[in-house]
Amino acid sequence: MSAPAKVQALPRASELGLIGCHVCGLVCRCPGADGGVAANACCPRCGCALHRRKPASYSRTWALLIAAFLMYLPANLLPIMRTASLNDIDDNTILTGVLELWTKGSPDLAVIVFTASILVPMLKFLVLGMLLISSQRQTGWARVQRAKLYRLVEFIGYWSMLDVFVVSLLTAMVRFSVLSRVEPLPGVIFFGLTVVLTMLASMSFDPRLIWDGRDTDD
Amino acid sequence: MTDNNTAPPQAPDDDELPRPAVRRRRFSASLIWLVPALAAVIGISLMVNSVLQAGPEITITFQTAEGLDAGKTPVKYKNVIIGKVDKIRLSGDRSHVKVTVALDKSADSFATKGTRFWVVRPRIGLGGISGIDTLLSGAFIGADVGDSQDKEDDFKGLESPPAVNHSAPGRSFVLHSDDLGSLDIGSPVYYRRIQVGRVVSYRLDDDGKGVSLQIFVDGPNDKFVTTATRFWNASGVDVSLGADGLKLNTESLATVVAGGMAFQDPPGPHDDTPAGQDAQFKLFADQGTAMAPPDGTPHYIRMRFEKSVRGLDVNAPVEFLGVKIGNVVSVRLDYDEQTQRFPLIVGAVVYPERLGSAYVKLQAMAKMRGDNPDMTKMMGRLVDNGLRAQARTGNLLTGQLYISMDFIKNAPKVTFDPDARPLMIPTTGGSFDKLQEQAADIVDKIDKIPFDSIGKNLNETLGGLNATLKQVNGKTLPEFDNTLKGVQKTVNTAGDALSGDSPLQQNLGTTLQEVQRTARSLRVLVDYLSDHPEALIRGRRADAKSSPASAPAAAPPSKSPKQGSTP
Repeated sequence: MSAPAKVQALPRASELGLIGCHVCGLVCRCPGADGGVAANACCPRCGCALHRRKPASYSRTWALLIAAFLMYLPANLLPIMRTASLNDIDDNTILTGVLELWTKGSPDLAVIVFTASILVPMLKFLVLGMLLISSQRQTGWARVQRAKLYRLVEFIGYWSMLDVFVVSLLTAMVRFSVLSRVEPLPGVIFFGLTVVLTMLASMSFDPRLIWDGRDTDD
Repeated sequence: MTDNNTAPPQAPDDDELPRPAVRRRRFSASLIWLVPALAAVIGISLMVNSVLQAGPEITITFQTAEGLDAGKTPVKYKNVIIGKVDKIRLSGDRSHVKVTVALDKSADSFATKGTRFWVVRPRIGLGGISGIDTLLSGAFIGADVGDSQDKEDDFKGLESPPAVNHSAPGRSFVLHSDDLGSLDIGSPVYYRRIQVGRVVSYRLDDDGKGVSLQIFVDGPNDKFVTTATRFWNASGVDVSLGADGLKLNTESLATVVAGGMAFQDPPGPHDDTPAGQDAQFKLFADQGTAMAPPDGTPHYIRMRFEKSVRGLDVNAPVEFLGVKIGNVVSVRLDYDEQTQRFPLIVGAVVYPERLGSAYVKLQAMAKMRGDNPDMTKMMGRLVDNGLRAQARTGNLLTGQLYISMDFIKNAPKVTFDPDARPLMIPTTGGSFDKLQEQAADIVDKIDKIPFDSIGKNLNETLGGLNATLKQVNGKTLPEFDNTLKGVQKTVNTAGDALSGDSPLQQNLGTTLQEVQRTARSLRVLVDYLSDHPEALIRGRRADAKSSPASAPAAAPPSKSPKQGSTP
């Protein structure tokens, strides 16, 4: 607890009237008052828009997160894959697929699929929501852990695409006409959208927001 | 942010650092809310769509859920998927299976009364193979919609596919038969040996005395079924050995295996109007009876035979003067206490209308006389005229008997009760019986001849004859020989006496000449006497001398041919 406390004692760039470019890292003298930044300031070197925090980070993240959650419902309710073999047509949602794997003797695979396709997106919603709420409330609770959590979310985000990859690979490879056929169903689109939107949401969240609000905490 | 950033606050100089350039912002950050809005729209539209797409939910009851799979098995109409099995569960009493089906919105009209559902599985029957595609695709539920518009959500599934779809062109008819024979659901119906329909269903009549079959004749051939059409059972190979001889009949090879029926209009003039939907027909046992003129109402009669009727089977024909009017239906033994005998009671069903115009005339006559309508009094009159039933031999080879009703001359009088039910027809011994009796009589008579004594006497007689013959041989024959020799001698003597140069012959010649002369003189005398009868008294006159002189002159010419003729 000593290190964060020490860091918290340090002055912020906004207090010094400085602003760094996100892309090329150039530090500029910020002309804006109140530690803010001019509405349309650009980096003089690379031309990238300058902002102290990611612009409208809260609203963007919220919007994308809500959109992702809205997509998450049909992604789980609609079937994602149709397995058509000689005498059987089988439509599977993610959950029935997991159940089928479990009952048909592949519990390890079932666990992997369940984790990647159901648990991880769910955790992302919870974590991002928690980060957003806690940051908006500018609470100083467990800032380091929250920052670690954010990095974890960013890292595992694309692994959620596992299901989409499985479906697209099977669709491309299992094409034996009458004998066996795999077709993607609308659910997989929604599932892909969910993953992309959660990734965008986590990208649009500015982790520096976690550290804001030091003043109120102090 | 980093710990090693030891630069003091306000260290960078204002002038060292560049100023940010200013550019116009392109869009507002609040536009990002379009993304969740869009997602919400998509989600809502999906939800609305699923609600709108959801058709009625129906429950179908089946005996078994074999081949059905919750969430998978489709419901198809004309091979188009109109719904899907949602849930399968047992009924409360576990006697059957309740299948919940989610129909599509477009299949709304299937949730109406009259819709039929059945499970299409591969079926292999004698009539053919069906549902072969389900071997690969798995079973599905077939549907056939009815006419009704009334909503219904609880259905009883058929255990086998209906033979006819509701919309199929054609008509169904109801046939009545005594038994099902080898017919089955799906058995073909032939018209001129072309299959035009099939048996749809069958059931026992309510009284259990017959079978009702529903058949469906496909359009446009259904127009050939007229009100006069006769249907007959064409199942299998029909082999019958009766008094008529051996019969073998088949319709086609398929009917031999799977059974079937055929129909045709009767020959001759008949009603040509096509029969209506569900018209009722009788299913005849074979083509012969089907094509026969209608039998009319059957009458049950009984006959009592005193003698054995071995060879009289049930179904033996009953003939009236050679016309088949019915069949024997029962042959039973009875016991007569008074005579201590076992008479046979033969029951028969006769169809008086088979007599044709004779029946019509008899009926008219009976009506005129005011008899009771079932003509038993008329029957009594016929019995008085000598109508008797006889068991006759129809087939000498097999000994089959038939009942013949015939007018017997000099039949003994019998009492006939026209009010008895069933009618008792008096009988008389069969022709074969009579023959047997006569033969027995003859045998009896032959039996009575005393062959023993005849033989004995004959033996004695033959002994005597033998002795006589011995005598003849020993004595009579040598004497006979001598007698013959004597006769020989006599004949020789006679031959000598008669030869041409014998004195006897010459004497005979002269004697005859003398006789001739004598005859001539006699004639002269007779002539003279006829001319002069008085000469007998007076004697010969002198003037009459000339005439006798002329008489000898006439004689020589008559003499010469006599001599000429002499050899």
